[in-house]
Amino acid sequence: MKRLSRTRQEARAGWLMTGPALAAIGLFFVIPELASLLLSFTDFDIYSLADLRNLRLIGLENYGRLIGNPLFWQAMGNTMWFVIIGVPLLVATSLLAALLVNAKTLRWRPLWRVALFAPFVTTLVATAVVWNYLLHTRYGLINYALGKLGVGPIDWLGNPRTALPAILLFVTWKTFGYNMVIFLAALQTVPQDLEDAARVDGAGAWMRFRHVTLPAIAPTILLVAILTVAGMFQLFAEPYVMTQGGPAGSTVTVLYFMFDEGFKWWNLGSGSAVAFILFLCILAVTLVQLKVARKAGAI
Amino acid sequence: MGAEAENMGGLLAALPQAGLPAVRVQPLPWSAAHEKLLTAFAGGSLPDLGQVGNSWLAELSAIDAIEPVPLQLENLVDGQFPGVVETNRIDGRLMALPWYVDTRLQFYRRDLFERAGFQAPPDRWDDWKAALHAVQAKGGGHGFAILLPINEYEHLTQMALSAGASLLDANGTRGAFSAPEFRRALTFYKSLFDEKLAPIAGAAQISNVWNEFARGYFAVYPSGPWTIGDMRSRLPPQLQHSWATAPFPGPDGPGRSTPGGSSLVVYKSTRNAASCWKLVTQLVAPTSQQRLQQLTGDLPPTRAVWASTGLLSDPITQAFALQLERTSPLPKVPEWERIATEMQTVAELCVRGRMNMDDAVAEMDKRADRLLEKRRWMLSRSRAS
Repeated sequence: MKRLSRTRQEARAGWLMTGPALAAIGLFFVIPELASLLLSFTDFDIYSLADLRNLRLIGLENYGRLIGNPLFWQAMGNTMWFVIIGVPLLVATSLLAALLVNAKTLRWRPLWRVALFAPFVTTLVATAVVWNYLLHTRYGLINYALGKLGVGPIDWLGNPRTALPAILLFVTWKTFGYNMVIFLAALQTVPQDLEDAARVDGAGAWMRFRHVTLPAIAPTILLVAILTVAGMFQLFAEPYVMTQGGPAGSTVTVLYFMFDEGFKWWNLGSGSAVAFILFLCILAVTLVQLKVARKAGAI
Repeated sequence: MGAEAENMGGLLAALPQAGLPAVRVQPLPWSAAHEKLLTAFAGGSLPDLGQVGNSWLAELSAIDAIEPVPLQLENLVDGQFPGVVETNRIDGRLMALPWYVDTRLQFYRRDLFERAGFQAPPDRWDDWKAALHAVQAKGGGHGFAILLPINEYEHLTQMALSAGASLLDANGTRGAFSAPEFRRALTFYKSLFDEKLAPIAGAAQISNVWNEFARGYFAVYPSGPWTIGDMRSRLPPQLQHSWATAPFPGPDGPGRSTPGGSSLVVYKSTRNAASCWKLVTQLVAPTSQQRLQQLTGDLPPTRAVWASTGLLSDPITQAFALQLERTSPLPKVPEWERIATEMQTVAELCVRGRMNMDDAVAEMDKRADRLLEKRRWMLSRSRAS
């Protein structure tokens, strides 16, 4: 009897403490999410904004039209490209950087940490403009360096085949600092005695990394991977500032497509449908990641 | 917006202050202005009055965001270019007052045309194309004759208007791309690419238009008055006497272009419509037009101001006056810009040979009909009630 009331007491305390956060999530996340789901079954547009009588319930028609829209699939393809190429690239880059600034042999470590973290805290638009110059076909530093190596000038942001990699390069540079800090925190919790024991057993640097460090930070890798997947699915500002989706739609991401549907053409119903599909995509990928991680014993 | 917003202070300072309200100006960049205005409408925070692009008036009227021009002020558009005034009229009612005008025409390399034996580009399509071939042949085989960026819908639209196409049916409820006039324009447009007179390239692939124009990579560049300043500042000095402007050619004589520019509107949400109109009246008056022209280079809507500002004696701007007399309005439906974007997507497929002419015009009609579905439903409902 006493034990039951105690669990009840604990439960009450639990609700009390998580209450404010849950209320905020409900108010600012669950309710808007449900509203946008409802909106995606209507043809809410600029006419409906002027007069609500111009609103119609159209069921799944928004979704049907999206499936038949080649630009939507192009946006989906571009986003998947970012996820499949970009996530491993970003995770690897930030892990490498974290290992570098965690190394005891490195001199002036704080300076390195600040320098590598700096891109993340600078303004996106300002850095995008700078990168536009770096990537410029004729005056850009990158093509200048390539020219020294004997590679002809590349029209980075003007060629449909190089625009996406160019933006990925910028995104990687801009965001790896954040992941690096998370990895750094995890690396510092790896017990030194395990490391030393492995060394005594004759394990080389790669073996120690593979069998001591990696298992210890596996949950962090999962966390970073999930965060990066979510981030890559939601890429918008970078192509918006650097290429406006061009050339030939080669840098239109799903979120960019949604922005155009919703705020350029003011088809909020259709835009909500895109948002919901995006939500399902991120959810699905995250669930798969969790399942894989559980199987591998990371969590 | 743009240069007008930058110079608004100077413009307002020159007005007689008596009876005018105090004005706070919020500049918007052109690239974001349309989105911001619609967002402001949704949020109920539109200003009292503002500058809008002519092509947005149908949309702003459809959502009932702007006040019609009071009938006693309609005489302010007397003596203006009729094509431009017409774009400011929605369903027969004048909704805005033209502030400055623009239209597209062809910028061309006079030296290259003269070398090929032409004083100026001919004004009939067949002769014009023959001249382009001659210009290209004299160029030694490299380069093209004209630049028509494949991602821009303005060029095909202009040719369609020249051929007399209506683009949408009379009521603006269905696509009219299968009509013979439009097919004629699309055939001519496609032939310029097929005959290698124009490169199949988007605007972004021509990294520097001025450089290429100076090098003679192409000899004709269709654009608007905003290009005059760029030509003067970006072309090398030795080429400054080698470029000129001319109205567009058409199938059987001078062609038509689209009437553009900006107008001033008073938003419905204002609480002070009377003094807003008082200010607008002063801003569109000939003296203000003249001052705006001096400050920004914008072309005035009133013909008389063209003479007093010397625009008619400058051959570069004189061609704009000729073209402004020959304009046709675009369909005045809010969906038009999106339909035009879809039209160009299909036209690009057609030019690249991935779709034949019959399929292309049918596809354009199909896409336009889908985008106009809501408009048809609303019109049929308002007829029923």
